[in-house]
Amino acid sequence: MEHTAIQSTSAKKHKPAQPFTREEFERVRRVLKKKVQFAQGDVAVAYGALLAGCRFFAGYPITPATETAEIMSRLLPQVGGTCIQMEDEIASVGAIIGASWAGAKSMTATSGPGFSLMQENIGYAAMTETPCVIVDVQRSGPSTGQPTEGAQGDIMQAKWGSHGDYELIALSPSTVQECLDFTIKAFNYSETYRVPVILLADGIIGHTREKIELPEYGDIQIIWRKEPTVPKAEYQPFADDGTKVPAMNVFGTGYHSYITGLTHAETGYPCTDSQPDHHQLVQRLCDKIRDNRKKIIMVERDYENSTRDETVGIVSYGVTTRTVYSAVKTLRQAGTPVNHLRIITNWPFPEQEVAELAGRVNRIIVPELNLGQVYHSVREAVDGRCPVTACGKIGGEMHTPREIIEAINGSAD
Amino acid sequence: MGEYRHRLMDYVREEIMPHRFCVGCGCGTVLNAFVNAVEEIGLEPTKMVCVSGIGCSSWIPSPYFRSDTLHTTHGRPIAFATGVKIMRPDLTVVVIAGDGDVSGIGGNHLIHAARRNIDLSVFMVNNMIYGMTGGQVAPTTPSGTKTSTTPHRNIEPAFKVADLVMTAGATYVARWTTYHVFPLMESMQNAMTRKGFSFIEIISQCPDNYGRRIGKPTANDFLKQFRDDAIRINKTEGMSEEQLDKRIVIGKLCDRERPEYVTQLHEIIREQVAAVKREKTK
Ligand SMILES: Cc1ncc(C[n+]2csc(CCOP(=O)(O)OP(=O)(O)O)c2C)c(N)n1
Ligand code: SF4
Ligand SMILES: [Mg+2]
Repeated sequence: MEHTAIQSTSAKKHKPAQPFTREEFERVRRVLKKKVQFAQGDVAVAYGALLAGCRFFAGYPITPATETAEIMSRLLPQVGGTCIQMEDEIASVGAIIGASWAGAKSMTATSGPGFSLMQENIGYAAMTETPCVIVDVQRSGPSTGQPTEGAQGDIMQAKWGSHGDYELIALSPSTVQECLDFTIKAFNYSETYRVPVILLADGIIGHTREKIELPEYGDIQIIWRKEPTVPKAEYQPFADDGTKVPAMNVFGTGYHSYITGLTHAETGYPCTDSQPDHHQLVQRLCDKIRDNRKKIIMVERDYENSTRDETVGIVSYGVTTRTVYSAVKTLRQAGTPVNHLRIITNWPFPEQEVAELAGRVNRIIVPELNLGQVYHSVREAVDGRCPVTACGKIGGEMHTPREIIEAINGSAD
Repeated sequence: MGEYRHRLMDYVREEIMPHRFCVGCGCGTVLNAFVNAVEEIGLEPTKMVCVSGIGCSSWIPSPYFRSDTLHTTHGRPIAFATGVKIMRPDLTVVVIAGDGDVSGIGGNHLIHAARRNIDLSVFMVNNMIYGMTGGQVAPTTPSGTKTSTTPHRNIEPAFKVADLVMTAGATYVARWTTYHVFPLMESMQNAMTRKGFSFIEIISQCPDNYGRRIGKPTANDFLKQFRDDAIRINKTEGMSEEQLDKRIVIGKLCDRERPEYVTQLHEIIREQVAAVKREKTK
């Protein structure tokens, strides 16, 4: 199996960026206790956040994400951080954005109904380039739906939920260990690109207990946002230094920065009547993610050395990947060559990777726990190179391997 | 001799002046009072964060006041300010926004911030209307008034926001008007220097989008009314609710001590960090 852009947790020794010192990391590790544990996905998310240096959490209880808030409220004070239960999810995102500008890595966790409420302020975070992490432990919708059942119904909302044009990053874990690892990655992306990052977990993985292994200092990369180096009088909070990701000041350090969700110039000041200024700003917000897609996009490929005519393709993501592993094994045993592409980074969407798969298979199926979301993105990327079939399932249960196999067999023309 | 420069220009973002408020708008008066209050108590703008929402009144600090400023979404400044204050208890965090913002769409954040008694100063500019969007009815619009969305008449009673905030648990609550500039300034100083949730309801004028509709097209029309209708809180004894409803009760409505939220939060952190240290050395 080939991993693209996934750095294994034990790879290079990294020096964590300031202000998260080795001492602070060790303190978190002590608080988290045993290296190997049996834990829920929601708990692993909280552990990942603490290890990444998250020091502020604001949330509102909702099944199946509540456990993350519970763990954060217990452990954050032990490592010198703060946790607050806000009056709703709108306030939760507001508070984490405020805390981010006050110099903290910050996070909230929710599920569908809360994620819907958060959208306006997620757009604000995108517009003001505020690093923050939003965990969506997806459950069946629409509306209150099935609170205790997992789903993958918020994939499109994660990208298109707020109004206007913007890009953000969204990751889908499929194991409890990945809940931990990808939360750390989410913080790193968020700090690197000054962008809200969504962790698209789901109720199944959020509540599943599995073995996890906690990283040690140096095992993982911990990134802190780029801070301004120019003299204070010259600093502009939205000036492109050529990387499309401006340096970010911390409130209370003398920069007198002005931050607004209105269309703004590099100075931060509003310029809402100017078409070129708006275009330049929003284009940069999109480009800073699009230009770096190679660094951001993670997929897992499990491809065979078979001819296109005989090979079927499966595109999966998140918890559904686990069923697909089993279906792939059975299919291969029965003599059907399969190429499996697992998407880890849902947004930005791995168009090229999907297009490349389409060139190697005679058809693609897309199993997901909704009635067709990533299916549409896959079809767009495949662009007619081969037929694409949706294989949706809703109601709270995962696909059985048999259902996936039947969908593959049924999709043969 | 150099060119005359007002001593308070250091507190405003001169580069984007002149401001965009309409002629006679109360927002200018509030900005003036605010800047004076900050100077009077010797607050360093570097040690302040101003947070505002969406509406004309939200433009008072952002962009015009020169501190770190977070101009947030409509109704949500108190939520954003909560995150700032928790992470930086050493900074003075001030929210300035309109009546629609703070008491309408953002009313729930207001109630809960007051209940927590978090150390924020919230200055709500109550012009009794949604000014920025062109004069629609607000929760604070007097009943009977014709606005662009109550063209027949407003059948809702006006929200007594300061009373609500007091009941919810704020430590300091006051109400003033743009006519009472000096007491307003003093009240702002009190609010910003004391610990706990402080709230000032500033009755203000929107001559353009409200005044024109109700036959008060100038600032003067409003200011005269504020002068005549205002009654000091200590003069209200024995007055019926009906009588009071016709007046603007001004002054300090409450000033009390209650445990402050962020202080307690950081006490918990100190306890917990110490407990972890003890465990380590055991
Ligand atoms: C979520 C949302 N709803 C509506 C608006 C439109 N809007 C902008 S300002 C405003 C009213 C402002 O009234 P107020 O807060 O009283 O401020 P004023 O302009 O009167 O000072 C509204 C409804 C918005 N920006 N966001
Ligand atoms: S519309 Fe009203 S509140 Fe807004 S600037 Fe003009 S006078 Fe002031
Ligand atoms: Mg108003």
